[in-house]
Amino acid sequence: MDKRVTFKGWALPLLLIAPQAAISAVFFFYPAGQAVWQSLFIPDPFGLSSQFVGLENFTYLLGDPYYRAAFATTAVFSGLVTLCSMVPALFLAVMADRLVKGAGTYRTLLIWPYAVAPAVAGVLWLFMFNTRVGVVSWYLGQLGYDWNHVLNQGEAMGLVVIASSWGRISYNFLFFFAALQAVPKSVIEAAAIDGARFWRRFFTIVLPLLSPTTFFLLVVNVVYSFFETFGVIHTITGGGPQQATTILVYKVFSDGFVGQDLGSSSAQSVILLLVVGALTVLQFKFLEKRVHY
Amino acid sequence: MARNVHGMVEKRGAGLWLTHVAMIAGVLVIFFPIWLAFVASTVTQAEIIRPPMPLWPGDQFAENYRNALVSGINVPVATMLLNSLVMAIGIAAGKIAISLLSAFAIVYFRFPARSLFFWLIFLTLMLPVEVRIVPTYEVVAGFGMLNSYSGLILPLIASATATFLFRQFFLTIPDELAEAARVDGAGPMRFFRDIVLPMSRTNIAALFVILFIYGWNQYLWPLLITTDPGMNTIVMGIKQMFPSGDDFAHWPTIMATSILAMIPPVIVVVSMQRLFVRGLVDSEK
Repeated sequence: MDKRVTFKGWALPLLLIAPQAAISAVFFFYPAGQAVWQSLFIPDPFGLSSQFVGLENFTYLLGDPYYRAAFATTAVFSGLVTLCSMVPALFLAVMADRLVKGAGTYRTLLIWPYAVAPAVAGVLWLFMFNTRVGVVSWYLGQLGYDWNHVLNQGEAMGLVVIASSWGRISYNFLFFFAALQAVPKSVIEAAAIDGARFWRRFFTIVLPLLSPTTFFLLVVNVVYSFFETFGVIHTITGGGPQQATTILVYKVFSDGFVGQDLGSSSAQSVILLLVVGALTVLQFKFLEKRVHY
Repeated sequence: MARNVHGMVEKRGAGLWLTHVAMIAGVLVIFFPIWLAFVASTVTQAEIIRPPMPLWPGDQFAENYRNALVSGINVPVATMLLNSLVMAIGIAAGKIAISLLSAFAIVYFRFPARSLFFWLIFLTLMLPVEVRIVPTYEVVAGFGMLNSYSGLILPLIASATATFLFRQFFLTIPDELAEAARVDGAGPMRFFRDIVLPMSRTNIAALFVILFIYGWNQYLWPLLITTDPGMNTIVMGIKQMFPSGDDFAHWPTIMATSILAMIPPVIVVVSMQRLFVRGLVDSEK
């Protein structure tokens, strides 16, 4: 992994690495350290001093029904977002892969929503399902279904899941499509000669060959739904109703900035850090495996 | 025989049409929210608050967009567009600049604590800004950087994806080039400028596309540190346009702003599709 040929001297390389090292230290390591440090304290109500409490913030959190609920909400939410963004993407990619002509045009059209910020996607979907002016909710009303994500927890969850999955379909489509194009045609043709029909070929040959891509996308989409969906939830539901859409990241924000509970918010940050760490390890394990392919 | 097999694998006739129908249906469903936003940005508020709103564009296009850009709701949208542009370009250019330098140092030099730096940079990969918002906010506030471009940009540059990408790429540059440069008596910075930079052009461009979109689409960070509407970015500013009480939101202006917020990243993605797909695949590897 190392170069044989290198340049001499150590002052220059240290100078070159200094900007990144400085920015990482000031805006990354110091705040991350602060998060860990603050998670061990409880500030007094006036914010004048803090008291060292050890792991009390953590034990309190793990026993707190609201925090546990946020964990469960996050699990449901990220599971649904991963599913709703990967299945349609795979279907569209399989369809596009069958086309000899025109696949490029469809790709250009499907790539669009990826560029739309999650927060903007949230506003678009909020507009469609708005309880007073939304087109979709109005037509649902005509069909006799009274849509109200402001009050109904299940509908609120459904809406943030769809809005979060929407732009992600483009992303997953790109990766599935590239992977499908890389499946050797000879394998498919051999199966066709053996008389396997399209969907049978898909499930017995193509899908297993896609498994590295699928696994990679699983991890990436879970990470996405953990963090980048903040904008969707903040614009559509604000975590409600009754915290039904409060995922972990949203709770770090609402406890830390809205509730000003720094000890708890920091402890939550540390727990999230561990979760991300575990996901990253998983991702790297998988990368190692993929190298052997 | 070969032709026959092709017939079985690549669809023709009815199957081909069904495939096109499925693709078109998929594209329409995916596009519908954008279409609706566009329609809403071309009609009057009165047409929207009496549902159902029309599904075909009206004649208020110029009026709504002029209104949004020039006056907006809290602040002219043109100001927010400018802030977003500065932030996105600042993040993309800043990250690329510091990453090129540090990756060059890590690959082409042996210096004390090199592997320590490498691992420290590696660690920053793991923690998105969302996780460390409270302490990062305090640091930025401590520097007096709230409501400033440097406050918007600097904390988001502290991540190592770009460094890793450049490191991977530099490792593939043939050793002979560095050898030749050394024999010719060219110093490391000369080698960097004349050989490494030109060779990295495509990677830089691909990364720029990805980072520009990343920066443009930021939401939580600008939400926290820009309390002055004049510093709002467009993506976070849309939410600020909603009334806090029970009033009707002014949808034509909000939707015109949403469309304006999409245009720059969409142009970047669609016009640089090749680079974008490449950058995406590279940066996730």
